[in-house]
Order: sequence, then C-alpha cells, then structure tokens
Amino acid sequence: MAGATSTFPASHRFETRSATRDHGLVRALLLALGLGFFALFLILPLVVVFAEALRKGWETYWAALTEPDALSAIRLTLLAAAIAVPLNLVFGVSAAWAIAKYQFRGKALLTTLIDLPFSVSPVIAGLIYVLVFGAQGWFGPLLEGYDVRIIFAVPGIVLATIFVTFPFIARELIPLMEAQGSEEEEAALVLGASGFQTFWRVTLPNIKWGLLYGVILCNARAMGEFGAVSVVSGHIRGMTNTMPLHVEILYNEYQFAAAFAVASLLALLALFTLAVKSFIEWKSAQKSDPGIRPEESLT
Amino acid sequence: MTATASRRVLPGFGLTLGFTILYLSLVVLIPLSAVFLKTATLSPEQIWNQISAPRAVASYRLTFGASLLAAMVNAVFGLILAWILVRYSFPGKKLVDALIDLPFALPTAVAGIALAAIYAKNGWIGQFLEPLGIRIAFTPAGILVALIFIGLPFVVRTVQPVLQDLDAEFEEAAASLGATRWQSVTRVVLPAILPALTTGFALAFARAVGEYGSVIFIAGNMPLVSEITPLIIITKLEQYDYAGATAIAAVMLLISFALLLVINLLQAWSARRGRREA
Repeated sequence: MAGATSTFPASHRFETRSATRDHGLVRALLLALGLGFFALFLILPLVVVFAEALRKGWETYWAALTEPDALSAIRLTLLAAAIAVPLNLVFGVSAAWAIAKYQFRGKALLTTLIDLPFSVSPVIAGLIYVLVFGAQGWFGPLLEGYDVRIIFAVPGIVLATIFVTFPFIARELIPLMEAQGSEEEEAALVLGASGFQTFWRVTLPNIKWGLLYGVILCNARAMGEFGAVSVVSGHIRGMTNTMPLHVEILYNEYQFAAAFAVASLLALLALFTLAVKSFIEWKSAQKSDPGIRPEESLT
Repeated sequence: MTATASRRVLPGFGLTLGFTILYLSLVVLIPLSAVFLKTATLSPEQIWNQISAPRAVASYRLTFGASLLAAMVNAVFGLILAWILVRYSFPGKKLVDALIDLPFALPTAVAGIALAAIYAKNGWIGQFLEPLGIRIAFTPAGILVALIFIGLPFVVRTVQPVLQDLDAEFEEAAASLGATRWQSVTRVVLPAILPALTTGFALAFARAVGEYGSVIFIAGNMPLVSEITPLIIITKLEQYDYAGATAIAAVMLLISFALLLVINLLQAWSARRGRREA
C-alpha cells in the first residue's frame, strides 16, 4: 500500500484511523453504488456517442464531418466562441478588478447580478434578445429600416452565446483576486510602475491559471450552447446553424450516424476541457498547499 | 482604513466599475427587463389566461416534479460519490474525479441524443427494459434521467471540499466518547456537511428547472404528458405568440430569482458553519 499512500494522500488520512475507517462491507457497498451510478450516468453516454458515431465506419464518419453544412456549422461555432470568449474575458478581468480591489456600496448586489445568467433558463436567454431585436421587438422596426438583421442571423447567435457564458471568467477571478489582496500591486505602484504595467507584470502572472480555467469553461459552454442559440437562430442550414443545432437537425432527419459524428467532436472538446481543467487544478494545488504535505507524510 | 488607502493608490476604479456596469446592463439587465416590460403590456386577465392554461400548468407540474426528484437522486448519489472520492482510495480515482464534471463540459444536445440512444426501446439499455414493460425514453422517466445527468456535478462539487476539510479528529473524539461508527457519521459528519449538501441540492434543482437541450431529445414532448415549460415557451415563439411566451417566461424568471435568493442564503449558512468549525 506504500504506492497508494503517495498517490492518494488525502484519503489515506481517513483509511488508516480506526475512528474514520468504514466497515469493509459498507465500503464495498458505497464503492459499488457510487461507481455503478457513475458508470451508468456519466461513462455510458460518453461511450455511446463515440460508438454510434463510428457504427457505420470511418468513411461515413469523415463524410459527415466534411460535408459543407457541417463545415459551415463548425465555422459558425468557432466564430461565435471567438467573439464571445474575448469579450467576456475583458469583462471578467474588469469586473474582478473593480470588485476585488476596492470597497464600495452595492458590491454584493453587483456580484449577484453578474451570476444572474446562470440562473436563467437558456430558452429565456434567447427569448430576451428576440424581444429586444426581433421583428416585433423594441428595435425591430428601426433595424429593419437599416436592413440589419440580428435575430435569425449570426449577430443574434453571438449575443445569446455572450449571455449564457457571461459569468464564467468573472466568477473564477473574483474570489481569486480577493484572496490575493492588493499589497503586491501597491508595492509596484510605489516603486514607480504605471497602472497598466502593474496589471500586466504583477496582477496577470498571479491570476493566469484562474484566468485560463475561466476561459476554458467559458469556451466549452460557448461552443456547446443549444437552448439559447436555438431560439435566435432560425435554423437556416449552412447559414445560422451552429454545431449543436446541426446535431439536432441531423438527428431529427434520422441521420443518426452523422448526428453522432458531429456530436463526437463536441464530446472531444468536452474531454479536452476536462483534461485542461484537471491539469490547472493539479498545477495550482502544487503551488498553494505546501503546508498540507508535511502533515500528510507523517501519517 | 485599508479600503480608502487602496482606493487612493490603485488606479482604474472608475474605469473598471464603469465598464462592468455598462456591459452588465447592455448584455444582461436591459434585455432581461424586456420580459417584464413586455408582460406589463398585457392585461392581468391575458396574463392569467396564459399562465393558467391546462398545458402550461401540466408543464409546471412536470418540470418542477421531475427537477425535485432528480435533485433528490443527485443528493443521495452525489453524497456517496463525494464520500468515496474523499474517504477511500481505489484504482482510477483521479479519472473518476475529473470526469464528474462531464455534464458541465458536454453540450446538452450531445447528452440528449446519447441518453435517447441508450434508453429508446431498441437502445443500449432500453432493449432489455422493453420486454419487462419499462419505458424510459419518450416518457416523463426519460426527463428524469436527463435531469439527473445534468445535475450530478453540483452536489458532488459542493459536498466534496467540505468533506475534505472535515478533520478526522471530530470522529475520533466521538469514537473515544463511546459513539458507534453510525452515530458518529449521522451526528457528527452529516450535520457538518448538511449546509453544503442542501446548497448542492438547490443548485441541481435550479439548473434542472431551466434545462432544455438534454431533455427535449428524450422527453417525447407530448402536450400535457411530457412537455416541459421551456419547450412551451419555444412552441409559443414558433407560433409568433410573443405575449404568451413572455408571460410564461416571466413566471419562470420569478421562480429562478426566488431560487437564486434561497441559494444565496444557503451559501451564507454554509460559510457561517464553515467558519465556526475552523
């Protein structure tokens, strides 16, 4: 068990003490229940996506991904993420700077309002832009006069994507920057750095892992959003279809292998996201918990 | 003191706060207010007719009932998963830990078609349930399965850190005072993680109520039977019934805001409990 000790130091703490050790039978039962549930609800759907995608062979798989409508859906998904993520990145850094570095009235309210898009149904996230920019909406007639289309067009998709991914980066950065305080920035300023230099050379290196964490989660949601985008898209093939919407169309046309082929790309993106996320967590655990390690090695 | 000092020293307060509020207003607050302003243009009678239509009421019962049941299942299995991840060592634990977040990262439409392929009557599991007379896909049970999938990480990820921070000494003290293992788990461990467990339950519930993508592929979407509230909004929009869609959206938004308030209170309770124990 020496190998297991170094691999899983945290649980070792509980497994070696009689007061916190569960009976062998209880342990076996909980492991069976937990892992059985995990396999049934999380692993099986993942396996099914890839198995169904490759059911008719690699050629069908490749054809489904390189067909013009699929390619235009991939392009639109990349475009929407390429606009939404940087905008929310700038917002996230700005909001975290204002909230973490200063005291002001209404701070708790502002933090709650930033989290608001997480508690709004994606369908409503789409609906609100229809109410603002749609043909019967506030600016509908005005936009029509200038022949600008937002709803059932690309700008609507981008707006809906920005809304649903709005809080991701801010909510990663706010607690991180609050915990770090502002002593280092103050020191830099005292030593003559400009505000921008202070941010670039002092703050950014301190928050880079948290920032990357937020960006990767924001990107996964931006590329995978379905409900909100579905409301504003209008489902015009080759024009306003993102990858998740393309999956839906293929599925409803009973082109299951093709639907799962496109879905498998999104599943790969999800796995990549989780891998990067785990790497960042491992990286920051290495840096921030030096105090825990010596105590662990004692037991 | 430090507050005023840092306001004077660090630049950018006006710029960053101004931009934050501007962007928040343009992207979130003003568009969201459209729902309530649009609803306000309807007469009370129109609003009532929309939100109390039998199809709408059936959808509320289904959406909230299935969400509540899914959150309860997730509370039980999420707690078990958090427990085995913190307390036991087993092969592949790191992989299990990383994949718990899959429902956060996997697009909902992908989850929806995968679950439909599993539970349809000729599907991976559905084909074995069909002879037994059990149907999951295209019934309310399918909605439950989808909502369990998307809500699972919320419970695990709120309970896990609290369980991790709980010192083994508490249980040792209980044991040395003569408590059985069962007593020390139910009287010492469970009260300590209860605020986190309740928060996780509420988060999973709130997410399930608004869920759309993973549900519609497996629900069957039959009016009065397996039609969720977000789908009613979409259907009304597709029929250009903007007033009807907006009135129902306003009801859902108000419920979401109420849930958000409850979750904030729960998190405050969690934080207080955490400080007292530390």
